[in-house]
Amino acid sequence: MLKVIKNIGLMTLAVSAMTIGGITGANAAAASAYPIKKHDWPHAGPFGTFDKAALQRGLQVYKEVCAACHSLDMVAFRELTALGYNADEVKAFAAEYDFPDGLDDEGEEKSRKGLAQDYFPSPYGNEEEARESNNGAFPPDFSLLGKSREHLSLFTPWNSIYGEDYIVGILNTYHDEAPDGVELAEGMSYNEAFPGNQIAMAPPLSEDMVEYADGTPATTEQMAKDVATFMYWAAEPKLEERKKMGLKVIIFMSILTILLYFVNKSVWRNIKKGDDLA
Amino acid sequence: MGSSNYEPTNKAVKWFEDRLPILGLLHGTVGAGYLAPRNLNYWWNFGSLAGFMLVVQIITGVVLVMHYTPHVDMAFRAVEHIMRDVNYGWLIRYIHSNGASMFFVVVYIHILRGMYFGSYKSPREVLWFLGLVIYLLMMATGFMGYVLPWGQMSFWGATVITNLFGAFDFYDGMGEGILHLLWGGFSVDNPTLQRFFSLHYLLPFVIVGVVILHIWALHLPGSNNPLGIDAKGPGDKIPFHPYYTAKDAFGLSFFIVIFAIFIFYMPNIMGHPDNYIEANPMVTPPHIVPEWYYLPFYTILKAVPDKLFGVIAMFASILIFFVLPWLDGSKVRSAKFRPTTAFFFWLFLVNALFLGYLGTKLPDEIMIDMAGGIDALTLGRISSVFYFAYFIVIVPWVSRRETTKPVPTSIAQSVLDSRKEG
Repeated sequence: MLKVIKNIGLMTLAVSAMTIGGITGANAAAASAYPIKKHDWPHAGPFGTFDKAALQRGLQVYKEVCAACHSLDMVAFRELTALGYNADEVKAFAAEYDFPDGLDDEGEEKSRKGLAQDYFPSPYGNEEEARESNNGAFPPDFSLLGKSREHLSLFTPWNSIYGEDYIVGILNTYHDEAPDGVELAEGMSYNEAFPGNQIAMAPPLSEDMVEYADGTPATTEQMAKDVATFMYWAAEPKLEERKKMGLKVIIFMSILTILLYFVNKSVWRNIKKGDDLA
Repeated sequence: MGSSNYEPTNKAVKWFEDRLPILGLLHGTVGAGYLAPRNLNYWWNFGSLAGFMLVVQIITGVVLVMHYTPHVDMAFRAVEHIMRDVNYGWLIRYIHSNGASMFFVVVYIHILRGMYFGSYKSPREVLWFLGLVIYLLMMATGFMGYVLPWGQMSFWGATVITNLFGAFDFYDGMGEGILHLLWGGFSVDNPTLQRFFSLHYLLPFVIVGVVILHIWALHLPGSNNPLGIDAKGPGDKIPFHPYYTAKDAFGLSFFIVIFAIFIFYMPNIMGHPDNYIEANPMVTPPHIVPEWYYLPFYTILKAVPDKLFGVIAMFASILIFFVLPWLDGSKVRSAKFRPTTAFFFWLFLVNALFLGYLGTKLPDEIMIDMAGGIDALTLGRISSVFYFAYFIVIVPWVSRRETTKPVPTSIAQSVLDSRKEG
């Protein structure tokens, strides 16, 4: 067994030596391509939970700013209870939206107030309409952006880019003018964090664009972090439940593993020593 | 499978056993009736772990199907419905998606254990074949399963992998014919998704069948062991139960802790973020990569400039394992007594991992900053050549020329020897 461990050790050394060469090279390249700062998110880590105040502020930013162009197809109003709202507040929130409700007796389209079970409505009827309004670009749906823009690395976690950090990076790295030598296409903006640096979305946030209900100063940095938290929640709504259950499972299984270790040891005691052979 | 001396004492059980001796079968397969070598180390735990993972995947998969819709317009949304609305749906799906990775981890270790200790050598060649058949079926099943969420990597992975089969264009229209058959149309589309779904549900049960054959073929010669010598005398063997059931239970419990860390704390680390974007045939991702467990073979594919020969090399890199029992001409099974073989084995493993690492890189990515920059493609070619050289040159040559260390006369004797030393 010792030998095997030694061999694995040597092998690991060899592999790391080989990969570190590649990583340092890749790091140098990544540093210029992805100027994305890492933040300490309260929902990160094994015990992380969402900051409910940030979620509520993020919802407000989404509703008042982002929702003009970005849909949130997969989130229903009923799920907003996870942000700390009670059932009545959710109903009131839903009622601010109108939804089509079939036809009346004369064949005219009816509409009704939104209900808790309704999903966030899309700002556009279809992709063509969205592109027409946005200089040919299609504003992506927000439901899964938090997870679909991540780059997670198991073996080089320091190279990981988390979805929330990426979103904050996009919102905070607009340049007023493109650097020398960069030719921006018609209607595009220069963004450091965006792959290729040319983004069709004009800078969406400006100071004090929203007036937070809880009185938090609405700096662009603050709004970016709040809406990123909200978007990560929208992408992974079961995060808290998952981490809570994980802790229980791992504690239970660890204790069971220790017990089974001693069971195994006692079952094998005589065989290990070869007492049956002597 | 295992011959059994099972004698039930309970009358009712005996009545049943006389009419269907299934309890005796279990007794002789995983019970006290199966005598296993006494010296199996922890690397021998991975067979039962692989069996456990197969069961986990089937159970979670059956539950997922209850909520999934195999249609291009609905599949992506159906998976998110499972993640958001189905009770514990997120748990079932994360177990299933990470379970696929864990299944491959466990099976890779199981295969490598067989390579190191010479478990493929006579008289276990058919056992080895059946294991490789299981592995090939797993590759197909895993690939088709990855297509089902209908994300961007699902769609484009399916497009790239199915297109490989178009390389078999030996007469006019043959390649195209194969592709049309795989797709059920003229590109990856709804019929493709539906047939992949059907086969993804079918193949695991085929795997179960081959696993039963695999265990059957195992119990004729019995398990190999770290010394690689035949277990003969009664002192060499111990009953599977309670010794290996206790050891497997401990190993399984420990494994579940590791598995749980992935499920609960990094459930998306094995997947590709692009698979959280719905499939869009109009938008090609900048960099299409398969799941991690195919990456070494993907590098071999990319290393060959010609498409047909690339595909052949990729398949050959797996199929070559079938002839390993004859490439290895050594009379000694275990690499424990074959120092040169052991050295090259570890080199092979490092190289295989490196091939996997290169699989994630773009071919023209500069990996080493010297001699004007060495790119991933060049390294991939060198690694691929070594991969095949290991099988075609190193193993046949080393196994026939190597001076092996003295092998103990019996397992019992080696236990007694270490007893004297200790």
